[in-house]
Amino acid sequence: MSGAGVEGDRERRVEAKYEKLKKEAAAGGYFLNPDEPFAKDLAESLLVNEERYGYAACPCRLSGGRRELDLDIICPCDYRDADVEEHGACYCALYVSGEVARGEREVEPVPERRPDALIEAVAKGELPVAAPQPAERAPSQGAAFGGSSAIPVWRCKVCGYLCARDNPPGVCPICKVTKDRFERFY
Amino acid sequence: MGATKVDGNDKGKVRIFTLSTCIWCKKTKEFLAQNNVAYEYVDMDKLDSEEKDAALAELKKWNEKCSMPTVVVNDSVCIVGFKEQEIREALSL
Repeated sequence: MSGAGVEGDRERRVEAKYEKLKKEAAAGGYFLNPDEPFAKDLAESLLVNEERYGYAACPCRLSGGRRELDLDIICPCDYRDADVEEHGACYCALYVSGEVARGEREVEPVPERRPDALIEAVAKGELPVAAPQPAERAPSQGAAFGGSSAIPVWRCKVCGYLCARDNPPGVCPICKVTKDRFERFY
Repeated sequence: MGATKVDGNDKGKVRIFTLSTCIWCKKTKEFLAQNNVAYEYVDMDKLDSEEKDAALAELKKWNEKCSMPTVVVNDSVCIVGFKEQEIREALSL
């Protein structure tokens, strides 16, 4: 294949990745960064990481090179929703809030939310002894529906969708109503 | 350590810790290039294991979170993330 052919193939794959990400984002009530070249650059980097590591590690974080070290930063990462909620964008800014998507808010650098113990694990190349949990949230409590410090459960008043997370999602992934239609269920 | 030098005007010792896949790192490099600033960068994801350990130890001195991009000017000022205004001030641009 000629150089131009390889280049064209790459472009098509990036385009396909971008369209897939965009479609999946919309289906789940999320928004990709409205700056299309920016989002496509990240789509390309996700392809690079898929080839390099075998999974789509966050392009803007140092990968540990092994899936078990990177589980929380495989795109979409564990921190996306909280960062979109607080900062209007995820760490790399592939995903943004509705406000940013509509051009009502600018994206600014997002501070790293990943716990130090996991960053340290990547540096050392080995997993921490126990996965860190926020101090106020003991792992067994959320699972057991017990204790006042369990993760809250939110209910979509429109379709009944339930989710256990710190805050309700911006848009219900099932029926697409907005966050204000959720009530605290538990 | 596998640092790459980029030519430009001497604005002091400008080092950046970057990832080749990171768009904010690319924006930082572009910004420095547009302003014709000489700098050197280390793409942390392109290093072998030994080089990476050394680079991470160095980066950690400046930025506990070891996040990229981290810009270090004259071994004294550290800017975490692509913060154009702060970079301008540190380099008197």
